[in-house]
Amino acid sequence: MLAPALAVILGLIIYPAINALYLSLTSTNLLNLNAQTFIGFENFLKIFQDDEFYISLRNSAIWTFGNVAFQVVLGTIGALVLNRKIRARGAIRGLVLVPWATPSVLVALMWMWILDPNLGILNHILQTLGLQTESMAWLADRSTALPTLMFIDIWQGVPFFAVMILAALQGVPNELLEAATIDGANGWKTFWRVVLPLIMPTLLITTILRLIWTANYFDLILILTNGGPANATITIPLLGYHTAYRGMEFGTAAALGVVQAVLLAILVVFYVRQIRKSELA
Amino acid sequence: MSAVTTTESIVLKGRVTTGHGRRPKHRRRWFRPVYLLIAAWLVGVLGPYLWMFVTSITPPSELAQSASRIVPANPSIEAYVDLLTGTAFLQYAANSLMVAAGTVVLTTACALLAGTALSRYKFRGRTAILYGILLIQLFPAILLIVPLYIELKSLGLLDNKFGLILVYTAFSLSFSTWLMKGFIDQIPHEIEEASLVDGCSRFQSFIYVILPLARPGIAAAGTYAFIYSWNEFLFALTFTASDQSRTIPVGLRQFIGENIIRWEYLTAGGVLAAIPILIGFMFAQKALISGLASGAVKG
Repeated sequence: MLAPALAVILGLIIYPAINALYLSLTSTNLLNLNAQTFIGFENFLKIFQDDEFYISLRNSAIWTFGNVAFQVVLGTIGALVLNRKIRARGAIRGLVLVPWATPSVLVALMWMWILDPNLGILNHILQTLGLQTESMAWLADRSTALPTLMFIDIWQGVPFFAVMILAALQGVPNELLEAATIDGANGWKTFWRVVLPLIMPTLLITTILRLIWTANYFDLILILTNGGPANATITIPLLGYHTAYRGMEFGTAAALGVVQAVLLAILVVFYVRQIRKSELA
Repeated sequence: MSAVTTTESIVLKGRVTTGHGRRPKHRRRWFRPVYLLIAAWLVGVLGPYLWMFVTSITPPSELAQSASRIVPANPSIEAYVDLLTGTAFLQYAANSLMVAAGTVVLTTACALLAGTALSRYKFRGRTAILYGILLIQLFPAILLIVPLYIELKSLGLLDNKFGLILVYTAFSLSFSTWLMKGFIDQIPHEIEEASLVDGCSRFQSFIYVILPLARPGIAAAGTYAFIYSWNEFLFALTFTASDQSRTIPVGLRQFIGENIIRWEYLTAGGVLAAIPILIGFMFAQKALISGLASGAVKG
C-alpha cells in the first residue's frame, strides 16, 4: 500500500537529492550533458571565492529572519483577534486567510501594479496624503527593493501563522484562564504567563518550519526584481537558479543547492539545541 | 448548560486578549475597538484584490488616470474578451486544469493508500517513514531543481504535462499523506473489526468501510493538491518551454514584456486564476487548517 507513494517520493525527491550531491562534484553544462567531468570540490571553492555568494548570504539572512520575525508577531496578534467572539467570525477568518492560498505569481503581479512608479496607486495615495513628494520606484531602488519584497512576503505569510496559532489557542483550557483571572492576573499577564507557555510548542515548530520555507522561497524575488537592482535582492537560492539557467553551470548550481541545504541543517540543529537548553534551564 | 460555558469562555477570552474584560454583560455590542483592527486588516488583505479587479475592468485608455479616478468612467470587460480570444490564456487554463486534475488523482490515491497503511498497520520502519515523509518537505527546491531537470530531460518528460504531474504529486504527497493518516486515525477500529467479523475481507473492508468514512480526508487532500499544483510557479517555469504545457502562473508572467506590461491582461488573468482557488479554499478551509495544525504539532 505504501509502494506507490514511496516510489514517487524516492524517484522524484530522494533520487534527485542524491544526484545533486554527485552533480555538485562535477562540471556539468546544461547544453552538453554528456560532457560531464568529475572535478571534486572545485565548485565549492568557486562559490566561496565569489563575492556574490556573500552578498546573497547576507540578503538571505535578512530575508529569512526579518520575514519570519514580523510574521510571528503579527500572526500572534492576528490569532488573538480571530480567537475572540466577534461578529461574522467564520467569514472573517476565511477572508483574512485568502493571501495564503493565492498563487505567488498573482501576489507578485498585484503588488507590482500597486507599486508601479508611474501608474501605481500607492505612490498616488502617498502623494495625495503629502507623505511623499515624488514617485518612488519601490522595487527599482537599491535601498527600498529588499524591504519592499519583505513587506509583500510578510503580507502573504501572516495568515499562516495566524492559523497555526489560532489552532493552538483552541487547546488552551478555559479553567486555566479562569483561575488566572480569579488570582487577579490582568489580560497582559495572563497572556504572558498562561497563554504563551501553552502555545509555545506550536509557535516554536511553526517558526522553524517557516524559517526553512522562507529561506527556500524565491518565487516572489524572481518575478519582481530577479535579484536586482545590482544584486540588492539576490538570495542564495536565486543565485543558484541564475547559475543554473543563466550561466548554464549545473554543477556549480547543484553545489549551491548543497550549501543551502547544509546551512539550513545547521540552522535546524542550532534551533533545536537552543530550545532544549531553554527547557532545561 | 453548554450555553453558559460558551458565554464564560467568551468573556474569559475577551479578558485575555484585551486586558480590560470588565464587562461580562452586554458583550454583544455593536461596536468594540477590536472591530477597527479587524476592519484595517480586511482592507489591507482584500484591498489589493479589489484593486486588481477594478483595474481589469478599466479600459486601457483610462489606465493612466486610474490611480486618481479609482472607479473607471467606462468600465468594460474588453480585457477579458481580448484575453480569452487573443492570447493563449485558454490554453494555459486548460493545461493548468489537466495538470491539477492529474495531480489530484495521483496524490489522493497514493496518499489514501499510504495513509491507511501508516494508520492501520504496525510494521518495522513505520515511524521512520512517517518522519522521513515530513522531512523531505524541507528539502530546498534549488537543491532538487537541477537534478530533476536532468531526470525529466532523460525521461523525455521536459515540457510535458505528465512530467509536471509527477513532480507535483511527489511534492504534495508528504502533507497529503499526513493529512490522510490523521483522518483515518479518527475512524474507530471497531467499525472495521465489525466488518471483518461479518465476513468482509481486508480489501472489502478497505473499500466499504475506510473509503467512505475517509471521504472528508480525501476531499481535503485533493483540495490541497489542487491548490498546490494550480499555484506552483518555479517548477512550471523551469520545466516548460512551450504553450503546449505552460500553466497559468507561467502564462501570466509571459504578459510582462521587456518594455510593456499588459496590465489589463495581467489583472484580468489574475482575477480568472484566483476564482477556482478561492472556491476550493473556502470549500476545504476548515479541514486543511485542522490537518495543517495537527500535522505540524505532531511533527
